[in-house]
Amino acid sequence: MSAPSPIRKGAPRFGDSARMMQHGRIAGPMPWVIAIMIALTVMAATAGLALANVAGGARAEIAGGLTVQVVEAAPLERNRQAERALSWFANREDVASVRRVPDDELAALIEPWLGELGTGAEDGGVPVPALIDVRLSGPVTAARLEQMRQGLARQAPAARIDAQASWLAPVFDAIRSLQLLAVGLIVLLAATSAAAVWLSARSALGANRETIETIHHLGGTDGQIAAIFQRQIAFDAALGGAAGLLLGLAAVFVLGQQFADLGSGLVAGGGLGAADWVLVGAIPLVGMVLAVITARYTVISALRRML
Amino acid sequence: MAPPRDLFHKRRPIFTCSRPAAPFPPPGEGPSWGRMSGPESSIVQFANVGLRYGTDREVLSDVSFTLYPGSFYFLTGASGAGKTSLLKLLYLAQRPSRGIISMFGEDVITAERRALPEFRRRIGVVFQDFRLVPHLSAYDNVALPLRISGMSEGKLEKPVTDMLEWVGLSHRVDARPETLSGGEQQRVAIARAVIARPEILVADEPTGNVDPEMAVKLLRLFEALNRLGTTVVVATHDVHLLRKVPDSLIMRLDKGRLSDPTGALRYPPRREQRAEA
Ligand SMILES: Nc1ncnc2c1ncn2[C@@H]1O[C@H](COP(=O)(O)OP(=O)(O)OP(=O)(O)O)[C@@H](O)[C@H]1O
Ligand SMILES: [Mg+2]
Repeated sequence: MSAPSPIRKGAPRFGDSARMMQHGRIAGPMPWVIAIMIALTVMAATAGLALANVAGGARAEIAGGLTVQVVEAAPLERNRQAERALSWFANREDVASVRRVPDDELAALIEPWLGELGTGAEDGGVPVPALIDVRLSGPVTAARLEQMRQGLARQAPAARIDAQASWLAPVFDAIRSLQLLAVGLIVLLAATSAAAVWLSARSALGANRETIETIHHLGGTDGQIAAIFQRQIAFDAALGGAAGLLLGLAAVFVLGQQFADLGSGLVAGGGLGAADWVLVGAIPLVGMVLAVITARYTVISALRRML
Repeated sequence: MAPPRDLFHKRRPIFTCSRPAAPFPPPGEGPSWGRMSGPESSIVQFANVGLRYGTDREVLSDVSFTLYPGSFYFLTGASGAGKTSLLKLLYLAQRPSRGIISMFGEDVITAERRALPEFRRRIGVVFQDFRLVPHLSAYDNVALPLRISGMSEGKLEKPVTDMLEWVGLSHRVDARPETLSGGEQQRVAIARAVIARPEILVADEPTGNVDPEMAVKLLRLFEALNRLGTTVVVATHDVHLLRKVPDSLIMRLDKGRLSDPTGALRYPPRREQRAEA
């Protein structure tokens, strides 16, 4: 090619540059709006995913869990029945593990509530039931539970069996509600972002109306004109999306630290896996695609009104 | 000085028809019209076209005419007679309220909307109000039609530079329209209209803002394009201009109605009378 001429410098390829349109028209607040939307979406999504992991982890942990209490005031009889229940479980094939919670561990567990008094019924303390942790292979079904109750009643009439999952049912319900809330938030954020892009594309369309008409009269196609807007919005969305992702991740990191400090076993199960992070990282890209599609739809439908 | 032939960049085949070398044969050679077999050899046909804006009275009524490829037409008429309105129909910026318009042998009124850009690329337009893109330089404005048609930057540089030189704006290539005088803007508008070597050139008062010398020079540009086969339609109320193009034909609009003082619009045109126009 010939030597570069001053004219060619920075000359825009058709539709290749924001210079086709009044500069900065579609930009303005757009990257900021997109950044905020993406940051909020990232937070909602990480919360939803973390909750899913918490629920999943807890469910797996307690899925086969049974708690057996031998409620008997007389210590000797209580011990006898507890031992018989223990061996009854130990002999079953569908039991993965069985363990009697030692008395001192139990005492430590209830001490905060009952004080020193709680320990040892012999010295006039409150009688504490014997506790047995049973882990079945496979989940606890109602039929299985009933069958076990009947079997155990013959060995240890004072024993009560409860599925651990049933205690946590309200917690799972709450987690499910929170997850639905997160999904709802994400949908709302996406709709709001689309509306913001639509408004912004409309105003850019208005501000560049004469230019668009001129390009239209010179034989520019709707696709060519829309492409100018799409490029601009894609650029804005990329900028805003990157900023939003960083912002959202920073917030998630700070929150994560605080939850980790709580040291609760339940929350500890809420870490995000690699797949979750990929999903979170895809949010700005999805946002960009959504913005470009919205801009294209807006511009094309406005152009259709011209001959 | 006539502009060089290669000033107009595109070398694609112009709308084809068996056109005589001169736009029209000399009088007395009637039979040779047999080769141009009637209206199908026309490039534009209007039949009983009417146009009204909103619910107002018609600004164009019963407009019927035929344009032949490679001819040079002047459209005259008083201010408000409807010249711009007629040209808008010609460059597909407006639909008529009634009547039939066919261009390049196709009915453009029933044509699909997405077929229109292709038609528009075959039509060059000099708008009465220029319509330069305000934030683009003179160079970029002139390059616009070539870019729209997908020409690469490397290929369009020379024709655009040459065209700007021809219209006397080599020193203003990087100027934005707002920094150009009225006449300079008009020249950019003309350069943009002719750069892609359209099959039809529609110019609305293209010499309204330039001095007589430049007006003649710009007319030469139109004539050169015309000699390459482009059908030229120039709206003007400058009667002096009409005499500057010897082979031109005249259409006159009077309050929205077309009269045909020279018989040029009839088929076959009566060329011998145009001297009296
Ligand atoms: N967009 C429009 N809406 C309503 N009326 C219009 C519109 N454009 C033109 N007119 C009217 O149509 C008539 C013809 O206008 P037009 O612009 O075609 O005239 P013209 O011959 O080009 O005039 P001039 O020589 O002053 O440019 C005028 O009465 C004008 O007021
Ligand atoms: Mg006019």
